[in-house]
Amino acid sequence: MPSTGSATRSSSLARGAALAALLLLAPAAVALAASFEERTALCLACHGPNGQSLIPDTPSIGGQPFFFVVAQLFLFRRGGRTNAPMSEVAKPMTDDDLRAFGEWVAKLPPPKAPEGPADAARIKRGAALVLQRPCTSCHNPDFSGREQMPRLAHQREEYLLRAMREYKSGARIGYGSSMTEELVGFSDADLQDIAYFLANLPTR
Amino acid sequence: MTASKTRRRLLVAFAFTGLVSITLPATAQQPAPAPAPKEEEVPFWAIGKPKSGPGAALAPVPAFPIATPADKLPIAKMKLPPGFKAEVYAANVLDARGLRQGDKGTVFVSSLFVAGKVYAIVDKGGTREVKTILEKIELPNGIEFHKGSLYVATPKAVTRYDDIEAKLDKPGDPVKVYDDLPGEIPHGWKFIKIGPDGKLYLPVGAPCNICDPSSDKYAHIRRINLDGTGMEIVARGVRNTVGFDFHPKTGELWFTDNQRDWLSEDMPNDELNRLTKPGREHFGYPYCHQGDFLDPEYGWGKSCAEYTKPATLLGPHSAPLGMRFYTGTMFPSQYQGAIFIARHGPWNKTKKYAGDVVVAHLDKNGKVTKVEPFLTGLVENNAYLGRPVDVLVLKDGSLLVSDDHNGAVYRISYSK
Repeated sequence: MPSTGSATRSSSLARGAALAALLLLAPAAVALAASFEERTALCLACHGPNGQSLIPDTPSIGGQPFFFVVAQLFLFRRGGRTNAPMSEVAKPMTDDDLRAFGEWVAKLPPPKAPEGPADAARIKRGAALVLQRPCTSCHNPDFSGREQMPRLAHQREEYLLRAMREYKSGARIGYGSSMTEELVGFSDADLQDIAYFLANLPTR
Repeated sequence: MTASKTRRRLLVAFAFTGLVSITLPATAQQPAPAPAPKEEEVPFWAIGKPKSGPGAALAPVPAFPIATPADKLPIAKMKLPPGFKAEVYAANVLDARGLRQGDKGTVFVSSLFVAGKVYAIVDKGGTREVKTILEKIELPNGIEFHKGSLYVATPKAVTRYDDIEAKLDKPGDPVKVYDDLPGEIPHGWKFIKIGPDGKLYLPVGAPCNICDPSSDKYAHIRRINLDGTGMEIVARGVRNTVGFDFHPKTGELWFTDNQRDWLSEDMPNDELNRLTKPGREHFGYPYCHQGDFLDPEYGWGKSCAEYTKPATLLGPHSAPLGMRFYTGTMFPSQYQGAIFIARHGPWNKTKKYAGDVVVAHLDKNGKVTKVEPFLTGLVENNAYLGRPVDVLVLKDGSLLVSDDHNGAVYRISYSK
């Protein structure tokens, strides 16, 4: 974490607060008025320091692949994937913004694993479940993701569960329809175990 | 404002009081990149999955959300038989999929996962304009033009916009034609066509990769009257068809069908099928694939002899989609009555191929005599330069080909 002088910190905070207020009122105005650096600071306001989210239901974004990020911002911008704050943020984005934010997110470090021991029985159940589908074929054996497939390793557990439930029900389609097909046949208890497994993925 | 929206906005404001620290990218600490897992280090939950060596991870190959600029389209890479040439008909048609032509010459283009739009390409004598006429529609792959109206089909419903060519800038609200559909997303997107019998044909695909749902509900092709009544299932055991046409002389329905994944690199073949007995034929799914291979899970106790075999095989996972019988007068006579088929190219194969247009030739009895390449050159270094989705014979006898990978439509013409 960089150390900044208190004067610099309070003026940048003031600017940040002013931008936040503007964002609530006029996202397009912020997009035009703010520098790229200021706009990315807004992302981290929800998605957490270094993109590791501290807020339930808000996903970590660190280490997400470029194409995945571009695709999600695209879906928020055009409608189809709806989330009130993200739809507002994405609405004024240009195609160049999509690329720029995609590149910036992809460089953020991946989220860290949760502290403390995991429930070994749940890990074992979740691991057996992901073997029943070609999960690792798309998301990689370490669930780091690539291209349009997101990093799942150490994502927030409640967010993973919600996403899987939405894919399974068809409420969320995704970019391409593969996920809707892949969760057919899993019970909700299965999805809970998979979410636990991915959020607490064992690391070496 | 909803409670959650209020909470979210308060959190944003909260963040800026400095209680959540914000690290600007330029000074953020970057951790050392994790080493790529070697074969021996595959985690225990990944052991047992098909191990096919480097580059073997298989995933769908989606189009990028921004269309390829016209000057970067792969026209120069395309290979065609002598006398044929390819040109860009329209660029910046993001996620270009289904193709139809209106009576006044307008070319309608649908889209699927990416754009959610239906386009109209209008020829203004010299230049062509791409208009977005419908947007924010979920999976509007199926379109058809008939007697002045544009039909649009999603997994959930078929709707109709009347007098469309006079109302391109303001199509207005559609009329609902039919919505008695299960509506699942997997293989629920549609290709629709009105047959010589005046009925609208539409498929309902299998809501999965491989499963055994009732063929009364899924994995079939049905037809309806244009007012939405009189639904009949004409072909069962059809996993996912995204292209069909009617024989210009016999009126028989011919259709492509995409077979299951995750069985093998080389099986099963995707199919071209011919329906000779509407309502009384089953084409095999999920029990028998490619006419001669019983499914390892669902095929026990069955025999492939019970199902209609394909008219011809179109390659494993080649993803044949749109197809048309050639009925124009521009191309040489050997193409009269032949079927042009767009093959999207596999994602479920480590070695990519197809990504082309092939031609199936029939003899006078309607038997396929051969399938030959027509438009190739779009697979390079195991990656797609373009991926054909649908073909359309224009009134002047040239052939349009849509490419959702680039978001473009090409025109193939012939001169001696």
